[in-house]
This record gives sequence, C-alpha cells and structure tokens, in this order.
Amino acid sequence: MTNSKRRTMLKAGAAIAGATALGFPAIVRSQTDRTKIGHLTPMTGFLGALGEYAVLGIKMAEEEINKSGGVMGRQLEVMSEDSVNPATASTKAQRMLERDGALVLMGEINSASALTIMQVAARNKRLFMQIGARSDALRSKNCNRYTFHVDIPVTVMVNAVGLSLLRDNKVQGKTFYMLSADYLFGHDLLRAAKAFIGASGGKVIGDELVATDVTDFSGYMLKIRRAKPDVVCSNLAGNQVTNLVKQYAEFGLPFPMVGFNLNTADAWAAGEGNLSGTWPTVWMHDLDTPGSKAFTAAFTKKYGKPPENHAWIEYVSLKMMAQAMNETKSTDSERLIAYFEKQTEFDILKARKAYFRSWDHQLMQEAYPFTVKPKGKAKDKWDFVVLGAAVPAPNQSLELLAPTKAQNACVF
Amino acid sequence: MELLFLLEQVVNGLVLGGYYLLIALGLSLIFSVGGVVNLAHGAFYALGAYLSLEIAKQLGWGASVVLSPVAVALLGILFERFLLRRFYTADPILSLLLTFGLAMVAEQAIRITWGAAPLPASMPAAFKGQVMLGDFMFSRYRLLLLAVVAMVLAGIWLLLHRTSFGRVVRAGIQRPDMVAALGIRLQPYMAAIVMLGVGMAALGGALFAPITVVHPAMGAEIITVAFVVVVIGGLGSFWGVVLAALLVGVVRGVTIHFVPAAGEASMYVLMFLVLLFRPRGLLGERIEKFE
Repeated sequence: MTNSKRRTMLKAGAAIAGATALGFPAIVRSQTDRTKIGHLTPMTGFLGALGEYAVLGIKMAEEEINKSGGVMGRQLEVMSEDSVNPATASTKAQRMLERDGALVLMGEINSASALTIMQVAARNKRLFMQIGARSDALRSKNCNRYTFHVDIPVTVMVNAVGLSLLRDNKVQGKTFYMLSADYLFGHDLLRAAKAFIGASGGKVIGDELVATDVTDFSGYMLKIRRAKPDVVCSNLAGNQVTNLVKQYAEFGLPFPMVGFNLNTADAWAAGEGNLSGTWPTVWMHDLDTPGSKAFTAAFTKKYGKPPENHAWIEYVSLKMMAQAMNETKSTDSERLIAYFEKQTEFDILKARKAYFRSWDHQLMQEAYPFTVKPKGKAKDKWDFVVLGAAVPAPNQSLELLAPTKAQNACVF
Repeated sequence: MELLFLLEQVVNGLVLGGYYLLIALGLSLIFSVGGVVNLAHGAFYALGAYLSLEIAKQLGWGASVVLSPVAVALLGILFERFLLRRFYTADPILSLLLTFGLAMVAEQAIRITWGAAPLPASMPAAFKGQVMLGDFMFSRYRLLLLAVVAMVLAGIWLLLHRTSFGRVVRAGIQRPDMVAALGIRLQPYMAAIVMLGVGMAALGGALFAPITVVHPAMGAEIITVAFVVVVIGGLGSFWGVVLAALLVGVVRGVTIHFVPAAGEASMYVLMFLVLLFRPRGLLGERIEKFE
C-alpha cells in the first residue's frame, strides 16, 4: 500500500467515524423506524397564510400522536413541503412516494394542485387524504378511489349559507352580482352558487371572473354600483376575499354582501368594521364543543394565537389517519381505503361524528354559517364573528347538504 | 349611458395609476441614476406597510404614515452604503441577483417576524365611504391618497428641476463621466436618491395597507406592476413614468369594463405593444451607459 493511498484511507475512515458519531445513527434509524407521511400544502402565494396554519395543525397532531406511542409502536413523521403550484405539487408528490419513503400523501388547499396530486396517488396506487381543497370537480368527474376528501365541497358551502339566506327570505325575487375567482375552485363555486340562486327564485344580474392576482377591486366597485344588485356575492378564494371586503367597506357601497367561501385567517385580516354579511365555514375556534374547546386552548397555548380552520382540519385529519393505521395495523393503502370505505365514524371535535361516504370518499360532517358581531361587541381581534347553528340540524341526515349521486357523477 | 360607465372607469384608472406612481417613480430614479434595477423595491413597500401597522398601534394612524417611510428611508441609506454601492459599475446581472435575493430574504424575514397570515389594517373611520362628483363615484380615501401622490410628485419634480441637487442628479443620469470630470462625486447623490426612492415605496405601503392585504408577499405583487410602468415610461424620464402609470391604470380600468377576466393581463399587452414600437419606452431618453 502506497503512502498516499493510506492517507486517503485514513481520511475516509476518520470521516466515516466522525459521521457515525455525529449524526449517522439518527438518520439510519429514522429511515427504518418511522412511519412517513408526505404532506403538501401551499406555503407561499395567495393561499400561503392558510398553509401556515395547516402545517401548525398537522405538527401538533404529529407531536400528540408520537407522545402517546405513535402508530403501531412506531414514531410518525410528517414531511411538510410547499406545494407551490399544480405542476410542482405533482412532481413533489411523486418524489415523496418514490424517493423519500412516504407511505401515504396528505394535505393541499389549492384545488388545482390537489387535482394533480390525486393523479399521482392513483398512478402509484397510494392513499391521498385530500384535506383542504373544496372544488366539487375533485369529488365528481375527477374522483378516484385512492383519494379521500376531508373539507366540505363547494356545494355544501353554498348550501350552508343558502339555508340561512332562505330562512331570512333573502333569495326569492332578489338580484345577485357575483365576483368569482378565475380558476378551478372559483368556477366550481360559481356553478354551485348559480344553481342554488336559480333554484331558489333569485336572479344573477352580474357575473365577473377575477384573475387570482387582482389586488385592486375599484373597477369592480364602479360596475357593482351601476348594476344596483340586491346582494353582492363573493366566490373568491384566499386573501382576495380580504381585499374585496376591505375595498367594499372603503367605497361604502350599500348593498349587502354574502360569500360562499371565507377562511377564518382571511376574515381576521379584514379587520373590524370591514367585514359584513353571511359566510360559510367548516369549523371555527369558538365552536362550543368540549373537544374543540380543548383543542383551541392547547393550540393557543402552544402557538400564541387561536387556530384557524385549516389548523383544525389538518389536526383531525392526521388523527383520523393514525386511527386508521392503528386499527388496521397496517400502512398499506388498500387496507386503509377499505377501513375508511366502511364508513367508520370519527370524532372530529364537533357535536356529531363524521364519516367518509363510501361512493365518493367525501367526509360527511357538520358545517356552519357565520355572520359578523355588531360593532363594539368583539372581545379581541379574533372575536368578531358569530357562529350560526350547525347545518344540517341534529335531527337531519349529514348528507342533506352534500351533492347527491345524481349531481356528483363519481365512479371509481 | 354606456359611455358614461366607460368614462368613470377611465377616471378611476387615472386614480389607480396615481398609486402605481409612488412605487414606480422611486424604482425609475434608482434605475436611472445607479443603473440598478432594484428588485428589492417591493420589499421596502411591504416593510413600510408592516412598520406602519406597528407604529399605528402606539402612535395612531397619522403618525404611522409619516414615521414608517422615514424609518424605511433610513434603512435605505444602509442598503445603499453596504450593498448597492458595490454594484454600480458591475455587470447588471450581479445587481439583479443581489436585489432579487434581498427581496426573498426580506419576504421571508417578514414571514418569520409577523407570520404568513395577513394582518388586519384599517383606516380612520372618517376616511371611509364614497364621494360622488356628478355621477362619478370615488372612494374618499383614494382621493386623499391622490392628493398625497400629487404633492410628492410636485416635490420630486421641484427637487430634480429647480435645485442644484437635481441638476447634478440629472447630469449624472445622462453623463456620469462628465460629472466625474467636473470633480463631483455622485455617490452621496445616489445615497440620497435611494433613500428617497425606498421612502416613497414605504409611503405607498403605509398608505395602501388599509385598502389591500398586508401579507409577506405584497412586495412581490407590486414590484411587477411598478416594473412594467417603468419599462413603458422609459428610462430617465420623469414624465414618462407619470404618463405610463396613468396609462396602465386607464388601460386596466377599460379592460375590466369590457373583459374583466383580462384586467391584469392588459398591462403586459400594453408593455408589449409599447416596446414593439418604442423600444426605449414612451418618453425614454437615449442614455449612453445603457445602450
């Protein structure tokens, strides 16, 4: 052996020894011992704020699950990444399954990105728990048997607000002016909203598509004033709703506003005195159930701010996934799918338990309309909305507001 | 009636163009004098908005609109002294990379400090509501903004055209070598221009906070529009930028009137057309160092 060769060997040996002492064992162990879940959600862009809450929620569930022994005696590892856009989301999903050792996929808020991840899941025959995207299209013509949907679809959102509008007699004979986000989700919301208004005797007199990067709505304000509708209706998404609401208050238009989509984070950002009208939500931090109260208290203590609906939904989603893995004693996608398809009931911190409907894999759960507290009644900046009663009512089927088989052409 | 609608959109577009100006004018000045495309300009705008919210909590809205731009302008001095200054004579790609990177660092820093969720921002209740001039509707707040923009614009014009400071700056844009030959160092002037530019961006941020969403990526949203305005207006031209800002506002307003879905795309089409016929922009001057 020559001298130089020996030196090289020594160096390499020292490097390996050093690496082993410093960090290698941890990496090796994590590769064999952990149950890995690939988690994609938008962390930047117009849905980024929601994605931040999504990550906080799923991390909290991960810690709790691991503290209580993990799944099947193994620690759970949620690998969260920014899904960025539909193309990147799909690339990352494929990489997570192929190279990073993810057993199943979870997450998403953007409907267009969710669609591409669904295709990756189907191609790889792996389970994808689609948590936060709400487009109906994902559950109907684009549905596949590897994907389960947790958040309420747009039809439910429209119907949740619709019920309260009907009750107050605000649809029959009224005229509506609509602003809709110009992408998959907004188009879907628009379709559902038009169907509802048409069926309830209302009339759509204005219908504008708004590109998702629009930040100035003054041009639309002028058009709304000229159209003089009875109701202005928002089918926008993400922080565009905040923009619209703030500028609507800025211009002081007199027409009441309703919206079929608003996340709590975007409602908070509108600021007191700007928000008005009736909106739907899947969950809110002041929901009065023991489970929700405990979750809200723990989350607020941990992160110093109340949980947004995306934090809650990611939290309960990972809990459902862990329960399924523990009950089936498996991480195999086929067995997990079979478990969910049995319409197993899950505690999602609401008054009623929820289950995945077997024929479209949509979680059947309560939803709520919310309105805004009268001025001066808010306790703090998180507290200016009033949560309405859960819909469907306790004596009604959970499937009442959901699309029917005839509306949702989902065949696996 | 239809014509009246359209006219209202045109006027609204002019008002809108006024806001773009606050951001675009600073960008154009820094570009013209230093030869640096400041892609971090939006970051100063965002910082202005966030600082104004913090200041408003302590000292009220009025103070926030004044103090936030001042604070950011001071930060601008550091930015010029320690970063930009090294790149005036370097390959433009380097300053592009620097400011682009800085924009990302700033956005992430804002995300770490204030969170990704948008922050609530409100204007004083007295400014809310509409003003009707004839049959045209205006937001009271935006008219106020327009007045502020007009004052800033007048101030900048006077500074550039009626002071010795302005003479040196304008000479520096056209013939930096001649200015140097006359024994005048351009660097202190550049520091002042950067301070002024980022201060205006911060003023924009503070003023827009109540009518837009205050979130970490707000800088990236505005920089594109501002850049388009500068390109359309042409380098080194004060009035070019003014004209371009108003034109972008009007084209956008008219497009929203006819094809709402294409509202945002319209300014890029406008830029394309302008560059096709006037590669230096509408009123762009021939500047030797950029040819």
